[in-house]
Amino acid sequence: MLSRAAENLYWAGRHVERADATARLLAMGARMTVLPGADARGDWESVMRAAGALPPKDTVVGRLDAVDSLLLSENGSSVRGSLRQARENGRAERTALTTQMWEALNDDWRALDGVTPMEASRSLFDHVDWAIRRSASFRGAVETTMLRNDRYEFLRLGGLIERAGMTLRLLDVKYLALLPERDVVGGGRDTFQWSALLLASSGLRAYHHLYRGEISATNIADLLVFNRAFPRSLAFCVADILTALDNLAAIYAQRHLCHESAAELHRSLSMTDIDEVFADGLHEFILQRLADIRALHNAVNDAYGF
Amino acid sequence: MFDEMKTEAGVRAPYARVADWIEDAGPPLLSLRSREAEALFRRIGITFAVYGEGGDQERLIPFDLVPRVIGAAEWDRLAAGVMQRARALNAFLYDVYHRREFLRAGRMPLRLVTENDAFLPEMIGFNPPKRIYSHIVGVDLVRTGADDFFVLEDNCRTPSGVSYMLENREIMMRMFPDLFLDNAVRPVDGYTEDLRRTLEEVAPPACRQDPQVVVLTPGPFNSAYYEHSFLADLMGVDLVEASDLYVNEGRVWRRTTRGPQVVDVIYRRIDDDFLDPLTFRPDSALGVPGLMNAYLSGGVTVASAPGSGVADDKAIYTYVPDMIDFYLGEKPILPNVRTYKCGEADDLAYVLEHLAELVVKEVHGSGGYGMLVGPKATKAEVEAYRARLVVDPENFIAQPTLELSTAPTLCGEHLGARHVDLRPFCLVGAQLRLTPGGLTRVAMREGSLVVNSSQGGGVKDTWVLTRDSV
Repeated sequence: MLSRAAENLYWAGRHVERADATARLLAMGARMTVLPGADARGDWESVMRAAGALPPKDTVVGRLDAVDSLLLSENGSSVRGSLRQARENGRAERTALTTQMWEALNDDWRALDGVTPMEASRSLFDHVDWAIRRSASFRGAVETTMLRNDRYEFLRLGGLIERAGMTLRLLDVKYLALLPERDVVGGGRDTFQWSALLLASSGLRAYHHLYRGEISATNIADLLVFNRAFPRSLAFCVADILTALDNLAAIYAQRHLCHESAAELHRSLSMTDIDEVFADGLHEFILQRLADIRALHNAVNDAYGF
Repeated sequence: MFDEMKTEAGVRAPYARVADWIEDAGPPLLSLRSREAEALFRRIGITFAVYGEGGDQERLIPFDLVPRVIGAAEWDRLAAGVMQRARALNAFLYDVYHRREFLRAGRMPLRLVTENDAFLPEMIGFNPPKRIYSHIVGVDLVRTGADDFFVLEDNCRTPSGVSYMLENREIMMRMFPDLFLDNAVRPVDGYTEDLRRTLEEVAPPACRQDPQVVVLTPGPFNSAYYEHSFLADLMGVDLVEASDLYVNEGRVWRRTTRGPQVVDVIYRRIDDDFLDPLTFRPDSALGVPGLMNAYLSGGVTVASAPGSGVADDKAIYTYVPDMIDFYLGEKPILPNVRTYKCGEADDLAYVLEHLAELVVKEVHGSGGYGMLVGPKATKAEVEAYRARLVVDPENFIAQPTLELSTAPTLCGEHLGARHVDLRPFCLVGAQLRLTPGGLTRVAMREGSLVVNSSQGGGVKDTWVLTRDSV
């Protein structure tokens, strides 16, 4: 396969995943900021940071700014921009996609054209649901119609790498949002905020099922980082990344540096647990793992000539 | 005016089946099915962008359900004429870049070659594999009477539209299988197989294994991108952009997930100018640096050959019947349209006097842009065109306004007669191959003579019958 084709599939996977995750972030922001005692501006800024859209210094970020930047803008970190880019990646490899996959990318792709931030803000949850549904229908089409060959593995790899990064940043938002008011950790607002985080990752039910009882920072972090059964957790993503890379190694009969990096990341996650992470500092852990994911992305690029 | 389906004597024989079908179904039902067809096209993603018009870049080209039918005997003559032309044009190209006998014999002025932008001095003396320059020749034909076909234009570079020939048939067979039950219509789906074989046959001297063919596209934003990916897909070869290729030690390589893989034949769908920045456009970020060197030293084949465009501009066109005589010693099977060369004083005088009756075109124009259809133009338009014409007469040719044949076409809820043309695609490799059929373009506006898809023209499925009923 051409390296460019692999790159397009990889990025189609990433962009669809990013659209989905960014929509979830917006939902989380919308829930967090209506809580009693919320610091709306600070919260929206954290949401923007998590999405990788750093607001300029000394600007005040409000709901409309976040909606504009994360839902509507043309740039690659917004829902609209991500879906448009995913469609462009797909269009460039049109013949590598099944009809259902193409339709999932192509149907209704201009739905957000011409929508103003004000309108979008008013019906934010409709837009969020729309974005999540679109990503889901693409993934569904991939799972049910695509041949399990190298194309599939590149597509999946992109999605997993994006999701791993997003989960880490989502977790970090919570960390950042709480940083100035450490004294109230465990308080009422805190619990609400943690559940907003769980809702955003579709993990609230899963949490109750797995941990029962009170919502606690440790358990949530455990769910998002270490739980092998939860499909948005770091550990889950890394295990699947490893599988995808192993499949590629089998197809091409060749291993690269990226295989070592992924195996190493997988190993290091299995050597530690959430208590150790909190003892050493959650924020530092997140930053380190984000750097690992970026390095893995670069190693994949190098290995397959993107 | 000649109609493909009906004469005063009734329905013409080749159209018997189509006429029955229209009669049975009735235009309202056909119009309903026509909307289904459009939905099918859009789902498949067949779109055609129009340059310079802005707006929707992925516009759908209108598809007309009523097929254009060509009888078996009619086709035999057309096919012989098209193949004759493809042979003569390739012979001319070889001659232009070698001994120039045609020019030396005084059959054509030298400046038409040397002052032609498409002429590439780099190609002088070079022998492309099998001496073939234009591997895909698209010949635009029009009809004015039962036996009167004319060649309107030759396309020697990268004629487009063949994907419509294939997809239109696909859609018709999917929607109306009954029409095809008794094999009365010759199939077109052998085209991509023939194209791959043609390209493999012109592998370069350096090729040592199974020839590796790729299709080179400018990318997804090109208006014909769909066609590029469609052809690559059906041939089972890679669709590459220039950035996927590089030259090393005289050979061309493509970057793949398995590492570099060699490329033997490049079916390029990009212009000469963008092939190689080292040779053509140093300012261009497009192209493959060193490609021309690899080509000229036999490391790779580029199809069509760089510089092929010198055979297909509208000034050269007027000499093609002479080429057929000169190189093949044959009589042209398909005549040209009478063409006035505005660069010649007598012709220019005639053209200026009869401007309102003629069709005037720019010599290097294409896609129906920049032309004047005298009888359809307003006085002001004619005068504005006259002003352009007198400034640079060399750049224009003129032809009588032909009464193009019409074919039955769905116009809303009823059936109308609309003007059509025909572009068959002739493949030139170790042998000539011509798929029975082609692209029929139809001017969707009543009375309009401009069939170009860039000017709102539509397309039809084109049937060539296996036999004529007796």
